[in-house]
Amino acid sequence: MKVAIITFPGSNCDYDLYKCVQFIGGSPEFKWHQDSSLGNVDIVMLPGGFSYGDYLRAGAIASMSPIMEAVQIFANGGGPVLGICNGFQMLCEANLLPGALLRNESLLFSSKEVILRVENNSSIFTKSYEHHKTLRMPIAHAEGNYYADQEALDRLEKEGRVMFRYANQNGETTIESNPNGSANNIAGIINAHGNVMGMMPHPERAVESVLGSVDGLELFKSLLAHIVDPRPV
Amino acid sequence: MNVPTPQPRVGDPAITPELVHEHGLSSSEYEKIKEILHREPSFTELGVFSAMWSEHCGYKNSKRMLKLLPTKAPWVIQGPGENAGVIDIGDDLALVFKIESHNHPSAVEPYQGAATGVGGILRDIFTMGARPIAVLDSLRFGDLNSGRVRYLFSGVVKGVGDYGNCVGIPNIGGEVFFDKGYEGNPIVNAMCLGLMKKDSLIKGEAEGVGNLLVAVGTATGRDGIHGATFASEELTEDSQASRPQVQVGDPFTEKLLLEASLELIHSGYITGIQDMGAAGITSSASEMGGRSGNGVEINIDSVPVREPNMTPYEILLSESQERMLVVVKTGHMKDVKNILTKWELEADEIGRVTDDGLFRVTEGNQTVAAIPCLALTEDCPTYEREGEESVQIRDLRSRDLSDLDTKPSNCEEIFLDLLGSPNISSKRWIYRQYDTTVRTNTILKPGADAGVVRLRENNKAIAATTDCNGRYVYLNPRTGAKAAVAEAARNLVSVGALPMAVTNNLNFGNPLKPEIYYQFREAVLGMSEACKLFETPVTGGNVSFYNETSSTPIYPTPVIGMVGIIEDTANLTSPLFHKPGDSIILLGNNTDELGGSEYLYVSEGLVAGEPPEVDLLAERQLQHCVLAMISEGILQSAHDLSEGGLACALAESALGNKSNQHGVDIILQDRLDPIPLFFGEAQGRILISCDQSSSSRVLQVAKNHGVPCHEIGEVVSPSDGFNISGRSGSLEIEIEKMSDIFFNSLPLLMGKANKS
Repeated sequence: MKVAIITFPGSNCDYDLYKCVQFIGGSPEFKWHQDSSLGNVDIVMLPGGFSYGDYLRAGAIASMSPIMEAVQIFANGGGPVLGICNGFQMLCEANLLPGALLRNESLLFSSKEVILRVENNSSIFTKSYEHHKTLRMPIAHAEGNYYADQEALDRLEKEGRVMFRYANQNGETTIESNPNGSANNIAGIINAHGNVMGMMPHPERAVESVLGSVDGLELFKSLLAHIVDPRPV
Repeated sequence: MNVPTPQPRVGDPAITPELVHEHGLSSSEYEKIKEILHREPSFTELGVFSAMWSEHCGYKNSKRMLKLLPTKAPWVIQGPGENAGVIDIGDDLALVFKIESHNHPSAVEPYQGAATGVGGILRDIFTMGARPIAVLDSLRFGDLNSGRVRYLFSGVVKGVGDYGNCVGIPNIGGEVFFDKGYEGNPIVNAMCLGLMKKDSLIKGEAEGVGNLLVAVGTATGRDGIHGATFASEELTEDSQASRPQVQVGDPFTEKLLLEASLELIHSGYITGIQDMGAAGITSSASEMGGRSGNGVEINIDSVPVREPNMTPYEILLSESQERMLVVVKTGHMKDVKNILTKWELEADEIGRVTDDGLFRVTEGNQTVAAIPCLALTEDCPTYEREGEESVQIRDLRSRDLSDLDTKPSNCEEIFLDLLGSPNISSKRWIYRQYDTTVRTNTILKPGADAGVVRLRENNKAIAATTDCNGRYVYLNPRTGAKAAVAEAARNLVSVGALPMAVTNNLNFGNPLKPEIYYQFREAVLGMSEACKLFETPVTGGNVSFYNETSSTPIYPTPVIGMVGIIEDTANLTSPLFHKPGDSIILLGNNTDELGGSEYLYVSEGLVAGEPPEVDLLAERQLQHCVLAMISEGILQSAHDLSEGGLACALAESALGNKSNQHGVDIILQDRLDPIPLFFGEAQGRILISCDQSSSSRVLQVAKNHGVPCHEIGEVVSPSDGFNISGRSGSLEIEIEKMSDIFFNSLPLLMGKANKS
């Protein structure tokens, strides 16, 4: 599994993602935001961080950098693209995913472990998870409050494109378990084609028990399995 | 040395005694300057001396005492005097660490003051060639019932968080303390740890005559001019007018500087690098020149500036953030520029390394300053001041506490008040604003006795903590300083780490006052004694004097930042109880000491009495004992006892993990009244728990180490509640009630409903 990890000025989870991909047996390589080609890779990952210092809006400037044209082409050709945290914000800014990430309802940066419920386990990103399994992984963001207009939300829900929702220990999607005010407790979504996913929580920070959780592992394993055997799910 | 005479500059004010005084220099210091130069200084030179001979850069009132601190050990690679301390941690790896204060800027502009404090300490670490791996923050504020204090507190926390979060360095711990003693003058100390291969160490030296001095990063503006001098004065009503002196931070540029600096250092194209921190270009250039024995020449017209018409004086003393001074090997400017361009950073040649030992500044073809580098960095006059204890504090310490009701009928009420005190309640509201898990190495997060990051290179981990109880130091500076070192060491051993070294941040009032100098001297002596005995040398740090508002000094607060090594991550130990049925054991003895306690402050509104005694030898035995138990793998938890005493430590171990809380059943046999027994802050105690099958072994190990050890009870299910019974009083409380108070007090004080 050859994975391109895009480094923007201000990315700070690129190295974490690199180690994570190595850890699950994939072959990561860094691509620079000024590069115009991705080369021959199986997957593209957009890491978390503060690309361009979050100036203008989180992810806004990154979405217009040279490499993003290549990412657009890769995505339009059906290549798997995963955006985490700032990467999710970029995907929305680049119109590869609908909606936007607003300031957290609390107006404060929020760093803690959350519980996610797997909403759809028929995607290339989530096929190794059990349906409605609850996962623990960290969030660390100031702008993770998912917003889309009602029509877009209805469409996401109807097409089963919500991948993860914030939930409590019992798997209930309550107001209290929503850390940032996201619409419908949404933590991650996928595009209509099923090859571009964005999520605010950090699965790459939950792949070793020493870090407190291994619940992010299955996500990367799902992708690995898909590359080895890319039959439609 | 023949020192050239600068030409007079049009527009520069004449040097009068008043102007000298405004620059924070005494008349005898001014005479010394004239002696060094064999002439009057120019206005620009006066500014340069003022900054370099300020307390902040020159340590003039502290240097003599600091020499008493132990600084050497076989594992110390770099002691005080460089950008940061460095220790050998085996496997060809070195740990770089330092603590730095940003109290004065934070008192007037909390967000930027705190943010730039983090920025500065990160640069101190990566300019040594190390990648920052963790930050901690040590904060002090007044009473949170004051709106101004809440403004300062929330601004500082946001500033610390936003900066570290953006650069992507996990915050792994620290401490915060609230007391009226810090009302107008908060303390903001930030500590950073970095990791590198031993052979990557680079120093801030201007090596190689003819090499180029290159300014990297942001252009120089008028912000922060004379910040070093500002930080060397008391805060007054007028300090708000100094807001323009507070630097403004840009963590995005910092992140680029970090990556670019590490790439430059590894490229071999540069011989030295230093942050332009306090006193900006002046300090970085003269210090780099001074350390190498060379001179530096700066052409002021080549320094990139943000604003037109900046004078040499302003450019030299600006503290604009995110700037570095780099010494580039001749012939490699292009290679350096290539690396910097990749990171979208500017680099401008502003001067060169010379062989005349002078800090020389030219404007056009005129010399505007010419001073021997060593005069700036080494010749700052140092003083040993008069020290005499304040009578008022001595009276407070001798206050008779025997009339306190130590067997009250409302122990439970007192306990809940303590649990809700912001000094004891959960600090989640703070560290949830800090990214604690970025870099995916954090294995013990804030909220534990110490923060821990694992090393990917081997199976070891690094633990770090910051500690100081300013009330103890206020009441008895020598005891209080020992207590700070002892608590830091207890925190480290509690997580399974062997204490290795210390960085200190000495926050005090105006040293020219005998009662303040007394505190400073006594505290350094106490710290020195403890650090020697614990074999934890001090590898550097920071002195922050003049922490006074309207002449009221803060509590003397010598913050100890201590680092330790966990030999095997399997030994990582948390403060949290593990499972019902486990034995709860107390190492160390309970005493009837109540002086300086949180109980006195919360229940009686008093800061008085003799602070708890510190027996350094007993502490040392306790440290070894706990480490031995942990390496045998027989402990489930270990937690240091500090503010709030035994009852609060038990509560913290029981409640800490909200999704896995426990109750306790404790029976105490001590012949002590309930108040000192439950809430006394006797030193040298650690609360541990173990599987019942291990308890006899635990008792044996304690005995072997000569450490007092008492099995006091067991962990029970949360529905069985929190029960402590002593000979003459008891506590019986529902876990849910305690948990609510413990977790929600701080958010409620800050006016935010606490979710989840």
